[in-house]
This record gives sequence, C-alpha cells and structure tokens, in this order.
Amino acid sequence: MADKKATVGRKAWDYHNDMKFSREEVLKIAKLARLHLEEEDIAKYQEDLGSILSYVEKLQELNTDDVPEFQHAAGSVNVFREDVVENCDPDVRRRAIDNFTSREGDLLKVQAVFENRTE
Amino acid sequence: MDESILTIKEAGEKLASGELTAEALTRSCLDAIEQGDTDVKAFLSVSETALEEARAIDARRAAGESLGPLAGIPVGVKDVILVQDWETTGGSQILEGYNAPYDATAIARLRAAGAILLGRTNCDEFAMGSSTENSHYFPTTNPWDKTKVPGGSSGGSAAAVAAGFVPAALGSETGGSVRQPASLCGIVGLKPTYGRVSRYGLMALSSSMDQIGPCARTVEDVAMLLEAIEGYDPKDSTSAELSNTTVPTLIEKDVSGMTLGVPKEYFASGMDSHVASVVQEAIAELERAGAKIQDISLPHSPYALAAYYIIQPAEASSNLGRFDGLRYGYHSSGENLQETYERTRGEGFGKEVKRRIMLGSYTLSAGYYDAYYRKALKVRTLIKRDFDEAFKNVDAIVCPTSPSVAWNIGEKFDDPLAMYLADIYTVTANLATIPGMSVPCGFVDGLPVGLQILGKPFDEYTLFRVGATYQDRTDWHTRTP
Repeated sequence: MADKKATVGRKAWDYHNDMKFSREEVLKIAKLARLHLEEEDIAKYQEDLGSILSYVEKLQELNTDDVPEFQHAAGSVNVFREDVVENCDPDVRRRAIDNFTSREGDLLKVQAVFENRTE
Repeated sequence: MDESILTIKEAGEKLASGELTAEALTRSCLDAIEQGDTDVKAFLSVSETALEEARAIDARRAAGESLGPLAGIPVGVKDVILVQDWETTGGSQILEGYNAPYDATAIARLRAAGAILLGRTNCDEFAMGSSTENSHYFPTTNPWDKTKVPGGSSGGSAAAVAAGFVPAALGSETGGSVRQPASLCGIVGLKPTYGRVSRYGLMALSSSMDQIGPCARTVEDVAMLLEAIEGYDPKDSTSAELSNTTVPTLIEKDVSGMTLGVPKEYFASGMDSHVASVVQEAIAELERAGAKIQDISLPHSPYALAAYYIIQPAEASSNLGRFDGLRYGYHSSGENLQETYERTRGEGFGKEVKRRIMLGSYTLSAGYYDAYYRKALKVRTLIKRDFDEAFKNVDAIVCPTSPSVAWNIGEKFDDPLAMYLADIYTVTANLATIPGMSVPCGFVDGLPVGLQILGKPFDEYTLFRVGATYQDRTDWHTRTP
C-alpha cells in the first residue's frame, strides 16, 4: 500500500500501514452511522480506514500527559442570551417547510419511530 | 478589453467613473463563463437574476444614491454557502433540489455591499477533499492545464477567478480549502482568523475550524471582500466582536522592519524541491524589500495532519447526522425508519463523505475516544502553543502553501491518505485558528506556486501588508492562463 504510488505528498511525513480493519468492524461502524454500504465497496473501506488510522497512530509518539485539551482559541466560554422566544421570519419558515420530503399541512411526515406501534 | 479579468479595484474605479456599467461587467462575466466553462467546469449554475440586479445597481448609481464598496462587482459563491432561493447542494447528491430558505450572513453582507451574486461554484462534497474531484456533479479542472486538478475543496471558486470568469469568489476553509486551491490556480486566497467571519448559513463540516474565505487576484481585493463579510453576528455565537475591522486603504506596501519566520518543518521531506526553490526565492524578495528573515521551528507540525484527520472527521460525523432524508434533500424509502436513514445516507453521500463519517464515528466511539479524539485535542494545544511561541519573535510566518503544484486528475483519487497529505502545510492554521493567506509566487512546469503567509490571531493586516508588498514588487498575479 505504502509503495502503491510514488507521489510527492505520499513521501511527506512517513507513516506505516499495519492497522487492519475487519469486515465486521466496518459493517458495525456503518450501522452506527446509519450508512448502507454497497457490497463491492466494503473491502476498500477496510483498507482505507486501516491506513488512515495507522497514519494517525503517530500521535501516540507524543507525551501529552500534562497538556490540556484544546478549547476555543479566542478564549470565549459560554455565550448566553435571554431565554425568550424569537419567532422565525414567516417567509423563511415557509421556504423551510417547502423543502420537506413529505408533509401534512405544515407538519413534517415521517415513518413510525417505534416499529411495533401503528396509528 | 475583456472586463471580467479586471480586479475589483480596477472595475470599481471604472464603474464609479461611468466608463463601465454593472450590467456590462456582469454580462462580460456571464459570456466568459458561457465560452470557457465547458472545459473548466467551475460553476454548477449561474444566477438568473444577476443581470437584473446589475441593472438595479446601475439605476441607483445614475440616481446618485450612495452605494456599497462592492457595488456592481460579480462574485462567485461556493456551493456550501446558502443564497436564498438558490439550489444549494454542498456538491452532494443528498441535497440535490434543496432550495436555501435564507441568506448566509456573509451573503447578506455581500448584497449590502452591492455585490452581484453570479453563481454557485463547484466543490468537493461538503468541502471534503483537496481536488474538487469529490463533487457529486463533475470535477473542476485547473485553468492552467485542464488535465490537472484545481485543488480543493473550493476548487470551483479558485478556478473561476483564475480563468477570468469573475473578479472574486467566496470559498470556505476547514483545513486549507481556500489557500490550497488558490495556490494551485495562481490566485490569492485568505483563511481569516476563526471567528472573524460568521459561519451562519455555511454548511457545517468541522465547526471548530470552518471559516468562509475570499478568493481574488490581488491582496487588496481580498481585503475588500473581507471588509464586506467580516464582523460579529449574533446568529453565530463563535463569531468575534472585532476591535480592528479591515480598512483596505490602510494596507501599507512596506515590510521594512518586519521580522518574518521561516519554519524549517515546512521544507522537510515530501516537499517538491522545485516548489521549495520558488518559495525560497519569494522569501528572498521579501528580504530585499526590507524584511528580516529568521529561521524558526514549529516542532509539532509533523503531527498536525494526524490530529486534523481525527478532529475533522469526528466533528463532520456529528454535523452530517442532520441529513436524514426527511427534512430536505434526497430521500430513499426503506421498510422502516432505520432502513430509510441507511438507504438515504448510503445512496446520497459519496465515498469520501462516508469514509469520514465512519472514521469520525469510530474515533468518537466508546473505548476509542480517549486514544484518538482526546489525544488529538491535546496535540492541537501543542500546535497552538508552537505558534504562540513563534509569534513572540516574528511578525508573520512565510512558507509554502502546498508541497506540490497541481497534479493529474485521478492521480490521488483512490488513495485518500495521499490526498490528505496535500493539506500538510495548511491544516496547522485551522487547528491553531490563526489567519493564513496564499499569494501567487511563481511557476513550476507552467503550474502556479503559492507563498503562504501565516499571522497572529486577528492580525490579517500583517498578512495583507506582506502580501501586498510582494505583489507590488512582482507580476505573477497579472499572468493569466
């Protein structure tokens, strides 16, 4: 994999490729992320996710025990506003509703969320 | 002459003097697109109301009304920024047919400044990519060599400016998506400090790094665009109250007395040696202009890309959860709701988007969160500290934007990691939330090279000063494909 293509970018900041991703792992992540995968694509995702995760492994070389996690750079903390209802502009509301896939009146219509219940 | 290749400044002067009308300028851009965009493919669509809007500007000018600083200037808009009533797809099938219900704040501000919104420019799907090949619709080509990529993800915006279709365009950045295509297409592209430009109405990729950024031919034009779109917006709680709003006329074309840092890590292995020489020569030109050049180190730079490709997909996997096939866009029905989600998203998203959603879902999942996501946030702190330390001694940092010039279409398409490595010199600014700009500084094999200038947070002025001084002494930006 590493010698597949000798492009300029490829050589930069070398990485190794020893992380393997099983078919079951890919299918499990896809399920969690609500993604249907085509059968013929699964092997390529195994390879790609494995090589990307092998590359990012290099972060483990750094000792970060005493380093805080990055927060907002500008130093902002919580941004508050008054707890009052501000109505949406009616024209914006209309245009948002017009984008619904399926609706009844102005309500968004969806399939049943709980499968064993019917109307 | 072909009016579409004027700079904003030149066109503005001609419009103000009456030598040119907004209608003629807009028509000239539309004609240039009609003739040239069959090959370049920078635009997904052009506005049907642009000429009408241009005539309205001309009428207001004739009536003696006071007009905004961009009155009558046509601007292209990357297809991830909402323009009311325009189909806005993020370059994705999953939003095909979605009509934006409102204007992004940056768009509302462009309108208020008098700009003519000319059309939607192509991009990688949801801004995920470095070549614009991940657009669901078609790849954009590089105007300098149509067998090459324009860079990405704002490849349509950069190519549109480089090809002379528009004087300016808006792009967006998460890890270099304005600077890198600007470099590969030979134009100026700016990633403002995080918080300088409101993200309201910008499709969210990675909310801690996303910024809208302008593309144009000159540094002064980019400053004019920034002046128009920047500033606090209550609709984006991460937007900043600015203490130094941009005033383009204040840009000094003088770098004497400034100290510019050259980070050794940005000329390391993997760098194309010809590109490195061109960038070194640009730095030497700044030295001749009076700047003091100082070698510096940003020691954690080699870890930036790895941190970026954990943080960015993690945030993207969360942000793209909104695409459920119910409220807007593409829909594919299944037996039950779960199956509808899976089909809609499986069919509606392209391969790179699915790859990043899965990557992000994995690194955020129980058992991996600490090892990947939390670790990456700590490394992000180290990268930020590198810059804080460097900026104690230098006014700005100068380095390459991209490790190579534009590559062949298809060359890296099936190799995601090779594609990601195209961003090695740009992701650092997004992680550290600092401003960065790419300025054309020469050619290798007939393809443009960009000089990257990085600055302190909210110190875009210094970038403009360095870039404008360089452009004043060189003529790379006047060359056209």
